[in-house]
Amino acid sequence: MAATATRQAFGDALVKVGSDPRVVVIDGDTKNSTFTELFAEQYPDRFIELGIAENNMLGVAAGLALSGKIPWAATFSTFIVGRLEVVRMSVCYNEANVRIAGTHVGVGIGDDGASQMALEDIAALRALPNMAIVQPCDSIETHHAVEYLTFEHVGPAFLRLTRQKLEDVHQEGYRFVFGKADQLRQGTDVTLIATGALVQEALAAAKALDGEGVSAGVLNIHTIAPLDVDAIVGAARSTGRIVSAEDHNVNGGLGSAVAEAIAEAGIPARLVRVGTRAFGESGSQEELYDRFGLSATHVADAARSLMG
Amino acid sequence: MPVTTTRDTSELREIAKELRVQIIRLLVEAKSGHPGGSLSEIDILTCLYFGAILRYRPDEPSWPERDRFVLSKGHCTPGYYSTLARAGYFPDEWLMTFRKIGSPLQGHPDRTKGPGVEASTGSLGQGISIALGIAIAAKIDDAPWRTYCMVGDGESESGQVWEAVMSAPKFNLDNFCVIVDNNQVQQTEPVEKIMDLAPLADKYRAFNWHVVEIDGHNFDEILAAFDEAAATKGKPTAIIAHTIKGKGVSFMELSPAWHGKAPSAEEGERAIAEILGGTK
Ligand SMILES: Cc1ncc(C[n+]2csc(CCOP(=O)(O)OP(=O)(O)O)c2C)c(N)n1
Repeated sequence: MAATATRQAFGDALVKVGSDPRVVVIDGDTKNSTFTELFAEQYPDRFIELGIAENNMLGVAAGLALSGKIPWAATFSTFIVGRLEVVRMSVCYNEANVRIAGTHVGVGIGDDGASQMALEDIAALRALPNMAIVQPCDSIETHHAVEYLTFEHVGPAFLRLTRQKLEDVHQEGYRFVFGKADQLRQGTDVTLIATGALVQEALAAAKALDGEGVSAGVLNIHTIAPLDVDAIVGAARSTGRIVSAEDHNVNGGLGSAVAEAIAEAGIPARLVRVGTRAFGESGSQEELYDRFGLSATHVADAARSLMG
Repeated sequence: MPVTTTRDTSELREIAKELRVQIIRLLVEAKSGHPGGSLSEIDILTCLYFGAILRYRPDEPSWPERDRFVLSKGHCTPGYYSTLARAGYFPDEWLMTFRKIGSPLQGHPDRTKGPGVEASTGSLGQGISIALGIAIAAKIDDAPWRTYCMVGDGESESGQVWEAVMSAPKFNLDNFCVIVDNNQVQQTEPVEKIMDLAPLADKYRAFNWHVVEIDGHNFDEILAAFDEAAATKGKPTAIIAHTIKGKGVSFMELSPAWHGKAPSAEEGERAIAEILGGTK
C-alpha cells in the first residue's frame, strides 16, 4: 500500500467501526483535517459538530461515554492537551470510556509551525493514571488500534496520529497486541526503541548501521501507556545500548519512559534520547526532521555514539 | 519614522488592493496558508495601519507608547504580514519566505521572530485574553496607548473568548477594542451551520460592551467605527465587522475550501487579475 497518513487511516477505520450504532464521533471544526468527515458522510446522525470549543467537546465526550455510547473525540492533539484538566477530571477521573484522537503531532506537520505542533501531549497524558496512549506507526497498525480501542478497551484512551504520510511497516495479517512492544528487527549491539513516525526512521537507521557491521534491533512502541516494561528491560539487558526515538519532546515522552524503566530495573545500559528539545517551527517535514535531529541519519548517529 | 497614513478612502482602497495582491503572491510562493480570513480582514487592517488609527513606529517595534494590535485569529498571517511589510517593519522580500525553514515569518505569528508581531497566537481563543491583559496593564499605568484585537467568528465559539468578553467591562477598559471579523465561514463549514452565534452584537451588549456593527469592507464605516471606539468612555468597544471570507476573489468568496489552502500559480494569476481588475 502507498504511504498513508495515520490520520487518514484513522478516518477510514472509523467508518468501519461506525457500523456499530454505539459509536459517536465528535468534531471541533477540523473534520477535514482529522478525516472524521468520512464518518460524518456515512453516519451524519452520530456525528456531533461542536465547533472550536475543545473544553466542551471533551466534557460532552465524557457524558456520552457515561451514557453507554462509544465516543471518539478528534482534533489537533495540541488543542487536546490544552484542555488537560478536562481530560483529567471529566474523562479520566470519571473513568469514562472516551476515545480521543489527537492529530497533527510533532514537528512532522511542517509549514503550519509551532502553534499547531503537539510536542508535549505524551508527557502530559502519561501522568494520568488510567489513560491508555497508543501511537501507531503505519496505516495497518492504525486500523488495528482503532478497532481494539473502540470495542475491547476499558477506560479512557488516546490515539496519537500524524499529519504526514508514513510508509507501511507492517503487512496484512499483522497482529496488534495492546500493551505489547512490537519487535520489528532483532539486533545484538544496540536497540532502537521508536514510536509513531520515528519507527520508519529507526528501521532505515538500522539498515544503515547493518552496512557498517553494527547489529541494531528495532522495537516499535505502539502502546506508550501502559508501557511494555519487560520488553524494554529485556532489550537493555541484551544489547546494553538503547536509542529512544520520537517526534515529541524527550522530556516526559517515550525517552523518559524508557529511562525510567531501565533505571528502575537497575540495568547498566547506556541511553541516548532522540526527540525534540525546543518549540517547533515552520518548514517542510524533511527540513524539520533534519533541523530537530529526528531523521534516520540522526537516529543512526545516536546509535554510533554508543558504539566503541 | 512613521509611515504615511491617509484618511482618503479611495487611497485606502488602493492600499488594500495592493495588500490583497501580496496575500495571493505570498501564498502561491509558500504553497500553504490561509487566504480566506486574510482577504476578509485586510480592509480593516488597512484602516488600522494606514488610516491613522494605530500609532506605531516600524523602526522601533517596541516603542513603549505604541498602540498594540493582537491577531487572535493567528492563522490569518498572510494578511497580517503583508500589512506589517507595507508598514515598514520588514522588507517586502521577506514575504516570499513565509512558512519556509528559518523564516521570521512563521505559519502563525511568533513575536520572538516577526518584527511588529505583538503576541504569538495560533491556538484560537487565546489572543483575546492576552490583549485583555495588555489593556489592563495600560489601565494600571494610566498609559495613553490603546489595544486592538482581531477575533474570528469561528473563534468566537471558544469559551475563552467569552471569559475575556465577560471580564473586560469590569475594568472599564475604554482603551480596548475588539474587532470580530464576521466573515461567515470557518474551517469546514459556514459558522451558522457549525454553531450559530446570532445575535452576536446582542451578546456583546449583554456583557456591557459598546457595540458598533459595520460593513467590514466599507472604509468610511471602518474608520468611523474606530473613531467611535476611541471616543467611547468607560467601556470597551466591540466592532462587529460583517465581512466576506475570501473577499475580492470570486472563486474564494464564502467557500470553506479556501480557508486553509494556497492557490496554485495559475489560480493565483486569476485571483490577482480579478483583484487588479477592480471588480468590486
Ligand atoms: C483552539 C483551536 N482549535 C482549532 C484550531 C484549528 N483551526 C484553525 S483556523 C480554524 C477556523 C477559524 O475560523 P474563524 O475564526 O472564523 O477564522 P477565519 O474565518 O477568519 O479564517 C480552525 C478550526 C485552532 N487553530 N485552534
